[in-house]
Amino acid sequence: MSTLEIKDLHVSIETENGPKEILKGVSLTINTGETHAIMGPNGSGKSTLASTIAGHPRYEVTSGSITLDGEDVLEMSVDERARAGLFLAMQYPVEIPGVTMTNFLRTAKTAIDGEAPSLRHWSKDVKAAMEALKIDPAFASRNVNEGFSGGEKKRVEILQLELFKPKFAVLDETDSGLDVDALRVVSEGVNRAQSTNAMGTLLITHYTRILQYITPDFVHVFVDGKVAESGGAELADRLEAEGYERYETAAAGA
Amino acid sequence: MAQTVNTAPEEIDADGAGVPVIPGMGEEGEKLSGEVAAASAGGHAQHSLPSADGKQATAGSSRADRQSSYELADFGVLTGREEDWRFTPLDRLAGLHLPDGDSARLTGTAPAVEVGAVDGVTVETVSRDDARLGAALTPDDRVSAAAWASFAEATVVTVGAGVEAGTPVRIEVTGTGTEPTAQHLLVVAEPNSRADVVITHRGTAVVSQNVEFDVREGAGLNVTSIQAWDGTAVHASAQQAKVAKDATFKHVTVSYGGSVVRLTPTSRFAGPGAEAQMYGLYFADAGQHLEQRLFVDHSAPNCTSNVLYKGALQGKDARAVWIGDVLIRKTAEGTDSYEKNQNLVLTDGTRVDSVPNLEIETGLIEGAGHASSTAQFDDEQLFYLMARGIPEQEARELVLRGFLNEIIQKIGIDDVEEALTAQMEAELQVAHR
Repeated sequence: MSTLEIKDLHVSIETENGPKEILKGVSLTINTGETHAIMGPNGSGKSTLASTIAGHPRYEVTSGSITLDGEDVLEMSVDERARAGLFLAMQYPVEIPGVTMTNFLRTAKTAIDGEAPSLRHWSKDVKAAMEALKIDPAFASRNVNEGFSGGEKKRVEILQLELFKPKFAVLDETDSGLDVDALRVVSEGVNRAQSTNAMGTLLITHYTRILQYITPDFVHVFVDGKVAESGGAELADRLEAEGYERYETAAAGA
Repeated sequence: MAQTVNTAPEEIDADGAGVPVIPGMGEEGEKLSGEVAAASAGGHAQHSLPSADGKQATAGSSRADRQSSYELADFGVLTGREEDWRFTPLDRLAGLHLPDGDSARLTGTAPAVEVGAVDGVTVETVSRDDARLGAALTPDDRVSAAAWASFAEATVVTVGAGVEAGTPVRIEVTGTGTEPTAQHLLVVAEPNSRADVVITHRGTAVVSQNVEFDVREGAGLNVTSIQAWDGTAVHASAQQAKVAKDATFKHVTVSYGGSVVRLTPTSRFAGPGAEAQMYGLYFADAGQHLEQRLFVDHSAPNCTSNVLYKGALQGKDARAVWIGDVLIRKTAEGTDSYEKNQNLVLTDGTRVDSVPNLEIETGLIEGAGHASSTAQFDDEQLFYLMARGIPEQEARELVLRGFLNEIIQKIGIDDVEEALTAQMEAELQVAHR
């Protein structure tokens, strides 16, 4: 079993008016095999948490720690984190003109595993994973994310999740902009990755909709850069009924 | 410090936020990263602002008014202040602009021309008074007029009517001299023919070249012009196409060799329903000046043009210029046109000037747009690749390779694409040092 541990994490971004603190002391412990849902209103810092775990240079950790099985993640470069077993499914995957999916997937797989995948098995794996996610085989020869619809980009993120087999996946609003069918396909992909690889999942979402397909072990309500409340799957039902207002009022009054 | 000249500085998105459709590019113009926006603040806008030396830029005058003539004397001796010469280092043209007056000529030995045999394609060497010459090309600057006044004989390649050339027509242009010289090539694609033509420039030369493409009704001509010169070569090349009714013309330039290379690719539509795709790739190393001035003249209705030029620059005094003139005349109703230039700056000490000029004289068009961007690496692309475990250096190479491949992929001739991909790999190795 592996453990991703976030302790009292404070994160700032640089703005025109100087640094602004977005995360104000986040603590979370995620074990492989567990699914944690992080839910919260817009602007609460959910995506900042996701990007900070992945090491996006825009976010500066001012205090606190992130460790993976005791190893200091904050000391690792972005690519080292990925090779250590962290995966971020991005909210807005970028287009990379001129780099084909096939080339990209093989290059990344080689980097993550430290050796080139066996050519025969790899093509078969890619083909099967694309099929399961209902991605048109023609996408293999298209450039990374170029001209893909929002839903197609999200499927391709999950395709990578299934192929790269990380220890921990952070899904940053993977459900946003997906129609019901796409949401189901994508959720099934996450569930497959979880059951095949005993992956730990940090599922960041604004809506409870995706939780009909991916059952969380823990739900954390994120408000104003902090975890306001933690509970089991039943907490999501309560959010569905009551919304975030209760927490936001509390935060504003604090 | 990279300097850029952009037509639309107000579109600079300094915080780089948002989700671009194409990284770094908005629908109608550039969104530069904050870093580059800062660099371009030292540059100057082409259309409305005074240029750096305090003189009003002359780009406001219409491209339609530009002199075009077969008479050398119609083009004055250059001062370097002319709108179309202001970015060119005249002192490095080695006399191609005939600075000593209109009675001078380019008298060196022209680079050798060899054309591979292809069924249905004829190759002739003709004298300068052959009636076919000049049908698709009129010099529109002094260096081109100097070549017109000076060339002794021309090579004429004709793709016969209805012929579908099974293999590419390969034109090897090999220079062995350093005396200023002139060259003339004509490619005729007769009605309803199809052919790929690859012109490869090698060796060393100081040459002004006129290359004309007469693309007749319903024909499809796919031209690739590769500038693979040795390091000292000086090459000016007017490559003009006349594109007839329902014809398609694709023109791809790839420049990486030579000291100074100045290309002026032009497409003129001679009938409705025609299409021109003009692509280019340039990779400027230390001390190299690679200039490309595009012109698409929409004078016939319902024609389509698409221009995409991409450049990479590395090393001290690597210099690139891209000017894209698109003129949609009053007669060109139903035009659909787009032009874009993207530059990737790899090191300090380089300079790019990128100026898209779009003139529209009729409102009855399908579309017209332009975009230009000059940027360092796109940080979000790097982050994406690194977040997939790919080390930074490898990620940079992948992005750059991808950036350049987008043009190479347009050529559509496997062995040419492979050779150029290998060549770009070699250029990238230089980038490492």
